[in-house]
Amino acid sequence: MAYDMYQEVILQHYRAPRNFGPLEGATYAGEEANPLCGDRITFRLKVDPGTGRVEAAKFEGDGCAISVASASMLSEKIAGKTLDELRGIGQDEVLKQLGIPLSPVRVKCALTGFAALGKALQASASHPPA
Amino acid sequence: MGLEACRGDFPILSRATGGHPLIYLDSAATSQKPRSVLDAEEGFYARTNANVHRGVYELSVEATDAYEAARARTARFLGAKDPNEVVFVRGTTEALNLLATSLGQSVLERGDRVVATIMEHHSNLVPWHFLREHAGIQIDFVDIDDEGRLRLEELDRYLAAGRVKVVTLTHVSNVLGTVNPVREIAEKAHAHGALVVLDAAQSAPHRRLDVAELGVDFLAFSGHKMLGPMGIGALWGKAELLAKLPPYMGGGEMIDQVRTDGASYREPPQRFEAGTPNVGGAIALGAAIDYLERVGWDELRTHERRLLERLLQGARERVGGKVKVFGPHETRDREAVVSFALQGVHPHDVASLLDAEGICVRAGHHCAQPLMQRLGVPALTRASPYLYNTESEIDRLFDALEKVDRLFAGEKLPTGTAR
Repeated sequence: MAYDMYQEVILQHYRAPRNFGPLEGATYAGEEANPLCGDRITFRLKVDPGTGRVEAAKFEGDGCAISVASASMLSEKIAGKTLDELRGIGQDEVLKQLGIPLSPVRVKCALTGFAALGKALQASASHPPA
Repeated sequence: MGLEACRGDFPILSRATGGHPLIYLDSAATSQKPRSVLDAEEGFYARTNANVHRGVYELSVEATDAYEAARARTARFLGAKDPNEVVFVRGTTEALNLLATSLGQSVLERGDRVVATIMEHHSNLVPWHFLREHAGIQIDFVDIDDEGRLRLEELDRYLAAGRVKVVTLTHVSNVLGTVNPVREIAEKAHAHGALVVLDAAQSAPHRRLDVAELGVDFLAFSGHKMLGPMGIGALWGKAELLAKLPPYMGGGEMIDQVRTDGASYREPPQRFEAGTPNVGGAIALGAAIDYLERVGWDELRTHERRLLERLLQGARERVGGKVKVFGPHETRDREAVVSFALQGVHPHDVASLLDAEGICVRAGHHCAQPLMQRLGVPALTRASPYLYNTESEIDRLFDALEKVDRLFAGEKLPTGTAR
């Protein structure tokens, strides 16, 4: 049932997403659009060249509660990790963290931020940090 | 009062969805089908099925007669004098692709211009984009005002600039509900020697059409939005214009003679109907037209006006004024296709939560991305009722929207949020 999707934790992330906004001096960025609903999310990563770890991650864009909440939750898991560690995050983990039943159409929403992060990581593979 | 009695003719309306009675408010995407239409299609396959235009046997003659009777029925529906001006196609999309392709090969030359509007559905844009890419034509877009009406002074400007060979537009916007002044536009276009193409996908289900009154050169519509089955629609064109158009698809039925070094083609409409057509669909489309005309266009209009008023009134008076309707505010300027934004809630979330109440609405860009960009929104929610909907269903829609609003407004919005 749809109302099960909109649990308070989802709505809280939607109303006040964590790590939302632009990121000064970002090393990598990736953007994903959901053509069904016109949504768009951009993930930006700032990598510390000394340690190779992500020192900051932020996302911005326009999306439904499911896509914003999912990107917000994902953004909390990024800082302090290496790029390889981030590549180890799978989509099942992202969906599990949301912890809500999703119809097939809404799975795409839930993975929009994850796909944006994936594109940022792809960019990092072709251009390693200096 | 009204058309409530017709609800019994639509088998699907007695089903439930998610444990709730079905409230179907997505008829601009596709309408539901009455029993008489379902019976007409099944009846063809059960009793008359044979291929058309080729068998010498009685059954094939019957099938051909039924198919051609559906063509004549469709011509009458459009006010066209000659049934041969009606080409059966899969739907509006195929009709517009056919037109763009064939006009691109005959009428349009590199550097010529096509004028469209910013409210076009992708089906009346992308085929012209193909020509932009492959044939070097230019496309100009007539903008809208704040209430979603076309700025005709822009059309004048584009026409005056010259080289406009085609003006293509929608009769009724599938997002804004705007009814465009087709006759006036056609007169302007013709004064500059341009052909006029009308996308009637959203008007054919709701208005009595008359191609002579509209003054256009070509018109396209889909059966499935007007009680007919999916996969059948029609392209109407003036006989003398169709006669000059090259074929779109090649195959059986459309040829005069085929040799190893080339082929010659039949006259319209067969020239544009390569392969076995959707005979059952065409017959069922005829049944759909019969049904609509039995209801009566005036009755339909009165009923739809009432639903539209209820929708606009609900947007004004309910959900704390948080529902913003896009498109004309006056009912006389629009059809009952109502796209809206619910403040603070994304359309996808609105549609998901309405679905939980058994209410089917569309959320997204409605295949009109340039219009969404113009309106400055990524997506909208759209309610589009039809003859089988009731005012109490519209009330249920607003009950459900109030529930969605309460859920999302459960907390005070902190500053610096995403929305």
